[in-house]
Amino acid sequence: MEHYLGLLITSMFVENMALSFFLGMCTFLAVSKKIETALGLGVAVVVVQSITVPANNLALQYLLDDGALAWLGFPEANLRFLSLITFIGIIAAMVQILEMFLDKYVPVLYNALGVFLPLITVNCAILGGALFMMERSYNFPESVVFGFGSGAGWALAIVAIAGVREKLKYSNVPPALRGLGVTFITAGLMSLGFMSFSGVQL
Amino acid sequence: MSLRQKFENVAPLFEAGGRYHKYYPIYEMVETFVYAINTPTKVAPHVRQDLDLKRTMIYVVLATIPALLFGLYNVGYQANWVLQGMGVTETEGWRSLILDVVGYNPNNIFANVIHGLMYWLPIYVVTVVVGGACEVVFSLIRKHEVNEGFLVTSILYSLILPPNTPLWMVAIGIIFGVVIGKEVFGGTGKNFLNPALVARAFLYFAYPASLSGDSVWRVVDGAGKLDGYSGATILGVGANQGPAAFADFGFTWWDAFMGFVPGSIAETSTFAILLGGVFLLGTKIGNWRMVAGCMIGMIGLSSLLNAIGSDTNPMFGLPWHWHLVAGGFAFGMIFMVTEPVSGSMTNTGRWIYGALIGTACVFIRVINPAFPEGMMLAILFGNIFAPLIDYAIIKANISRRMQRHV
Repeated sequence: MEHYLGLLITSMFVENMALSFFLGMCTFLAVSKKIETALGLGVAVVVVQSITVPANNLALQYLLDDGALAWLGFPEANLRFLSLITFIGIIAAMVQILEMFLDKYVPVLYNALGVFLPLITVNCAILGGALFMMERSYNFPESVVFGFGSGAGWALAIVAIAGVREKLKYSNVPPALRGLGVTFITAGLMSLGFMSFSGVQL
Repeated sequence: MSLRQKFENVAPLFEAGGRYHKYYPIYEMVETFVYAINTPTKVAPHVRQDLDLKRTMIYVVLATIPALLFGLYNVGYQANWVLQGMGVTETEGWRSLILDVVGYNPNNIFANVIHGLMYWLPIYVVTVVVGGACEVVFSLIRKHEVNEGFLVTSILYSLILPPNTPLWMVAIGIIFGVVIGKEVFGGTGKNFLNPALVARAFLYFAYPASLSGDSVWRVVDGAGKLDGYSGATILGVGANQGPAAFADFGFTWWDAFMGFVPGSIAETSTFAILLGGVFLLGTKIGNWRMVAGCMIGMIGLSSLLNAIGSDTNPMFGLPWHWHLVAGGFAFGMIFMVTEPVSGSMTNTGRWIYGALIGTACVFIRVINPAFPEGMMLAILFGNIFAPLIDYAIIKANISRRMQRHV
C-alpha cells in the first residue's frame, strides 16, 4: 500500500509530466487561457491516461514483451519493436470508444469534455505515460496508479498555469512578449517551483 | 534654496516637452523617494487610504531591521568565534584593512557587527546597483515609474544569501530576479512569484555546490593558511545525523531561537524576525491569516510525521519547535509568505495558502534528501497555486450565494 502511495505522489509531483518532463506542451500552452477550459482538459487527460496506460500495460504484457506470446505457442517471439505503433493505435482506439460510450450513455460528460477528447489523442503526455510505463516495467496495478497519478499531475499543472495566466491578464507585459512568449516564461518559472520535489525518493 | 525648490527648478526639464523628458522616471524616482507622492489618481476606482505603496514598502524594510542587525552581529560572531578558536589575530584581503583595526574578539559586539557589515554591505551594494540599473533601464523604456518595491526586493534578497556568496553570483541572481521574475510581467505588483525568491532559487539551482543549505560558511579568508571553514547548519545535521546529534554539534533550541547558529545572513534569529513580524502584523502590512495558516500547516505535518516515525529517515522525528527555529522558516513566514502580490487575495484563501506553504516546507525538509532547506521552494510552490486557491474560493462563494437566493 505504501509503495502505491509513494508511486502516486511521485507521478503527480516529483515527476510531473508537464513541469518536469515538459510533455504535452502544445495543449499545455494553448488551452490554458481560462481555468474552466483547462479544468475540462485536465479531467479528460486524467480519464484517458488512467484508461490507456493500464490498457497498454496489458498489451505489453500479453502481446509485445519478450516471451509474452508464450500462451499462443511462440515463447521466443519478441515484438517490443512494435510497441510504439501499438501504443498509438491503442490510445486512438480507446479514445474513440470512450467518446462513443460517453456520447451514448453519459451525454452530460460528453458535452463537458467536448472537443478535448479527440484533441488529446495526439497529446504527447499520453503516449509519454505509456512509454514511461514500458521503460520502468510497471506491473498492472502499478500502471493503474501511475496512469492516474501522471494524468492528475498534468491536470494540476495546467489548471495552475491557467490560474496564473488569468492573474497575468492584469499585468503589463512588453508587447513583444505578449501571448505565447510570456507563457513560456511562466511555465519555466512554475517548473522552478516544482523543482522543490526533484530528488524525492518514495 | 530649499530642497523642494531645487526639485521644482529642475522639474520642467523632465516634464512633457522638456529636454530630458526621456529620463522622467529617474526624476520621479528621486522625488517620490524624498517626498510623499502628491498626485491624485486620475481614473477610478478611488480609494482613500493613507497606506500607499511607498509606506507599505518602507514598513517592510523597517520590519527587517531587527533581523538585519542581529544577522550582522551573528555573521561576525560566527567568524570571530572560529578565528579565536584558531588563535588568528589578523587576516588577509581587503576586509582586513578595517577588521585588523577593530579586532577579532567574539565577545566584542562592535567588532562582530563591523565584521558582519564587511560581508553584508558589498552584497547589498551589488544588489542595489545591478538590480537598480535593471529597474531603471526597464522603466525608461517601458515608461513606468521606479518605486520602493525594489527596495524591499533588494533587502530581502541580500538577507537570504549566505554571507560568502561571490559578488558576481549576487549580480546574476538579482538580474534574473528583477528581469524575469518581475519586469517581464510589467513591474511591481504584476509579478506572480516573489522576485527575491526567484533570484535566490535561480542561484540555488544554477550553482548548487555553493548554496545548498546543508552546510554554510563561517569564515572565508581566515588567515591565508585556511581556505574556508564550513559549519553544518541545523537542518544539515538533522538530515545527516538526526536531531539527536544536535547536542554534539553544540546546537541548543534556545541558541537557535535567539540566532547564535550559522546560516544565511538574517535567517538565524527567530526572535529578531518575530520582533519584525509583530510590527508587520500590528500595522496590518502583513496579513496574520497567512502567518497563522503557515504555522498550522507546519505544526500539523511535522506532528503527523513525528507520530508516524521512520527508522531510516531521522528528520521524521524533528519536532515542530525545531522546524520553527531551523533554517529560513521564520524569515520566510514573516517576510515572504505575507507578500500580498504573489499570495492569495481572499481571506479564506490566505489560510489555505499559508497552510500549503507550511506543509510543503516540512514535506521538502523531511522527505526530500536533495534539499535540506525547503522554505524558499515551498513559498514558490505556494505562489504558483495562489491564483487557483482564490479562484476556488470565489467560485464557492458565488455558488453559495446563488443557492441562498434561488
